Amino acid sequence: MTVYWLCFILFLVGLYGVITRRNLIKIAISLSVMEFSCFLFLALIGYTEGGVAPIVDTADPVKTYVDPLPQAMVLTAIVIGLATTAMLMAVIIRIYRKYGTFDIREINNLRG
Amino acid sequence: MMNPLIPLFVAVPLAGAFLTMILSRFITAIPRYMALAVLLFLTFISFWSLITGGDGSSVYTLGGWEPVEGVPIGLYLIHDGFSALLLCLISLVGLLSVTYSVSYMARYTSENYFYSLFCLMIAGMNGVVLSGDIFNIYVFLELSAISSYALVAFGVEKNELEATLKYQVLGVVASLMILFAIGFIYWSAKTLNIADIRTVFSAGYDNSYYLLIQILLLTGFGLKAAMIPFHAWLPDAHSSAPSPISAMLSGVLIKAVGIYVIIRLFFNMFEVTEGMSIVITTLGALSMAVGVFLAIGQWDIKRLLAYHSISQMGYVVMSVGIGMILMARGIRSEVAALAITGGIFHMLNHAAFKGLLFLNAGAIEYSVGTRDLREMGGLAKGMPVTSATSLAASLSISGIPPFNGFFSKLIIIVAAVMGHFYFLALLAVIVSIITLASFMKFQRYAFYNVEPGKIRNDIKEVPAPMLLSMITLAVVCLLLSLLALPGLRETVLSPATDILMDQFKYSSQITGM
Repeated sequence: MTVYWLCFILFLVGLYGVITRRNLIKIAISLSVMEFSCFLFLALIGYTEGGVAPIVDTADPVKTYVDPLPQAMVLTAIVIGLATTAMLMAVIIRIYRKYGTFDIREINNLRG
Repeated sequence: MMNPLIPLFVAVPLAGAFLTMILSRFITAIPRYMALAVLLFLTFISFWSLITGGDGSSVYTLGGWEPVEGVPIGLYLIHDGFSALLLCLISLVGLLSVTYSVSYMARYTSENYFYSLFCLMIAGMNGVVLSGDIFNIYVFLELSAISSYALVAFGVEKNELEATLKYQVLGVVASLMILFAIGFIYWSAKTLNIADIRTVFSAGYDNSYYLLIQILLLTGFGLKAAMIPFHAWLPDAHSSAPSPISAMLSGVLIKAVGIYVIIRLFFNMFEVTEGMSIVITTLGALSMAVGVFLAIGQWDIKRLLAYHSISQMGYVVMSVGIGMILMARGIRSEVAALAITGGIFHMLNHAAFKGLLFLNAGAIEYSVGTRDLREMGGLAKGMPVTSATSLAASLSISGIPPFNGFFSKLIIIVAAVMGHFYFLALLAVIVSIITLASFMKFQRYAFYNVEPGKIRNDIKEVPAPMLLSMITLAVVCLLLSLLALPGLRETVLSPATDILMDQFKYSSQITGM
């Protein structure tokens, strides 16, 4: 049970970072921390004590297997995470070229 | 009955996006025609499916993985009364936006990226609407979200980049909340299929998990739909994007990935509980009231329209929430059906008139070169078509008969009164009046008010493709009001209401039991 709580705490650490950091790069890193806590959580759900890779072995039918579905989900989610991080970084680099700063307090053309 | 066209809704725009990028290397003019062809095809098949689909829904199993002993094991695409309406909406508004873009986007560079991203966004939205599997919804949602981040930033100037940054940070937080909730769902239900989750949860569940999942999902999709406490990104993103994209974002994206999924999950995946329906109704009423008050003071046209989107989405959510409360109490199901029908009807209407208003705003920006209402005036003379169509849209959104907005608002208010929600009915009327005031300001400052010495004779009407889109949407605004007629309402809107209200219809079509 502890690992699940640690996972949730990691999620909250990331959320705290997104809310309190002023530097755009640090915000991007915090979002990645949140993302990875989700991946970790999904991977943990599929884990079974003493389980092996889910390749059905007719000779030994009582083997316990780990759940393969969350692993497939994590792979998909990692690819999506890569796309969002790349997109975010591209935008941050563009912002740095236009504003000359990473400080979110100075990027305030739009109000409300 | 199985409709063989279902996978094409996702496959065709995906292929279109891919081919656009490849072929544009050889023929520079191809992207716009490719996008037009894709959207034309989608419009045709979505309306054909709506007309021939009738009451029944059809299920497509990807890869042919049939359910085993009533337990679904594959991925499912489900075309039922509710998703059919959304598909028509996405394709129609998408088609008109592309037609409009042909002239509008000529001033931007890299057209091929624009049309490719546009097709990707359409593929994502169609996927969200059709998918019957919650993780698949997440994947398609990210597909449409990432392409919309890029499209909002398409101008790559200071404002666009700032808007897309806000949109993206909040969008990613929302997506992660949804992913976390999906993890919890899989943990407790060991399945990802929406209908199967319903079956597993109805056999009994741990209440605290159930509540956590519901709250995470409501927060995540509420952020995507820009309900009031989560609305900060919407006015920036919708006003900074190129106008056809604003029309897509406000017209269909927040509905397809926000409101639609909230409605679908809270009716068909979770059991309707009174506590959650009160939360949803409150969110809706809050968005409706606060959104319109934030809109009053705006002088930037697109920002004003964006705040009105929040307010009008509030109507939809409030109305559906009233239906949920009545369903949870198990009383007066005909009033609940009326409220839900009103909500869905208003959602369709909003796509038509808000899409049209954003296209009008784009036309004004195209000809006049500003979005500030104070710098306009007397445009009615130079731009008669834009003026007339925007008048039609303004009357629709403020609820003046015979335009569509009147009928859907009428249904919502009547349902609220019949369900004894007098305060909400009063609030809806007041918000409607303030909306009218706000759009009178828009009409007066943009088109009629001529200050001496500021008369501009150099304003010209926009090119023909843009006019065509605006006129078509204005006609759609008028035609949609026909859906309020008794005969049409039963054939078009009732299947959507039925699939939401019937406890077993949605899950039985998948398990086949």
